[in-house]
Amino acid sequence: MKYSEKELQTLKEEVSEMWTLVLSQLEKAKQAFLQGDVALAREVVRREKQVDAFELKIDSDCENYIALFSPVAVDLRLVLSLIRISITLERIGDFAESIAHHVIDNDCHDIDLSILDELQLEKMFDIVITMLSDSFVALESENTKIAGRILSKDNEIDQLYYRSLDILTNYLQQAPAHIRDGLKTFTLIRKLERIGDHCSNIVEEIVFYVDAKVLKHGGKKTVVPQTESDC
Amino acid sequence: MIETRNIDFYYGNFHALKHISMKMDVHTVTAFIGPSGCGKSTFLRLFNRMNDLIDHTRMTGECLIDGRDIYGKSVAIDDLRKQVGMVFQKPNPFPKSVFENVAYGLRINGVHNRSFIAQRVEESLRAAALWEEVKDALKKSAFALSGGQQQRLCIARALAVSPSILLMDEPASALDPISTSKIEELIYRLKTDYTIVIVTHNMQQAARVSDKTGFFMLGELVEFNDTKKIFLSPEKEQTQNYITGRFG
Repeated sequence: MKYSEKELQTLKEEVSEMWTLVLSQLEKAKQAFLQGDVALAREVVRREKQVDAFELKIDSDCENYIALFSPVAVDLRLVLSLIRISITLERIGDFAESIAHHVIDNDCHDIDLSILDELQLEKMFDIVITMLSDSFVALESENTKIAGRILSKDNEIDQLYYRSLDILTNYLQQAPAHIRDGLKTFTLIRKLERIGDHCSNIVEEIVFYVDAKVLKHGGKKTVVPQTESDC
Repeated sequence: MIETRNIDFYYGNFHALKHISMKMDVHTVTAFIGPSGCGKSTFLRLFNRMNDLIDHTRMTGECLIDGRDIYGKSVAIDDLRKQVGMVFQKPNPFPKSVFENVAYGLRINGVHNRSFIAQRVEESLRAAALWEEVKDALKKSAFALSGGQQQRLCIARALAVSPSILLMDEPASALDPISTSKIEELIYRLKTDYTIVIVTHNMQQAARVSDKTGFFMLGELVEFNDTKKIFLSPEKEQTQNYITGRFG
């Protein structure tokens, strides 16, 4: 393996480590929420700084790689993808921390358990965790065939999110005293929905890197430069 | 427009170019990249018939400029070389003054009108972005100029006879980064008036200055496409391996 390839490999490994950390943060946030485990939630908050540090290091290392090696083609696509993936992972890490704060602040404690069950929060957690771990596998194996599967899970999350809006609206109409907890719960659900969106963004980056295709904003365009006639 | 149709070229028994077909539009910059010995300079030299000067060479296929086969019997090579100027890797000014270097092409083509020559020399030096640096030193020896200035002088010399095509064979490979940058800036400006074909080993240079890039290997044109496409998502694995440094 050439020196420049080793440097790229190192960058990839850094992103993998960050990915593992963020995945663990999300799993712990889930566990803390479902079990009301404040100590675990505090651990998630403490470890958020490590996620931020990863983002800064990867950003700097990618800048250095571009400056020193002037990558092109697949190497350029990889470095660009890694920068954007690390930014997205950092945001997911922020959401995990924010969920942990919900646990520490005991935000949802007044909501009826039956409503919490109906909202299927555990299922939402499981889906986003699966999306994040599957996209990790997609990058490691450079396999974009599973991209469609991951993106369809985002639709599932969206459906649960919109359903939760109806459930909470009905519930809060009948129990207006719990409106604050209801809103806090909805905020948490919104965070899970955003994590699903971020996982989709990561998948789009992997497709850009591996297949040189742009899926962003619904456009399944192959990367073709503009010609003068397009202008 | 430059067009080649199924070109094969041989040095003796060595098959240097294999079935090359390509079209280069007017007022564009086309870059040829590829490892040493891949045939890119041989291909470039076809466009002004410089390969004719090499013994034991043979070509088949067609090479057309503006629709005319430049290897046709009726083509006068001198006229062709006025239309197709060339700049080489190392600056090669004549042992004459700055002025006479640029005027040389006009004089050997029978132009004797002094004011016209002076006007054309100034225009050419301005087009080559050298006028401001040499306007007070036109009588000085061209050898007194720096390497970068000498190369721009050679470009001015090529422009003086009003070509429509400019061939450049690694024009900046012997120059420092500042001179290289000036040459690249010049290429960018000159394409408004000229069709430029450049051979370069510097891939960043090809990416910066050209509209289209052709990747050659072992005498074959592996891929020819928009430069942005070549450097972001090439279609051929060989191209990707070469431009990312994984070749060989």
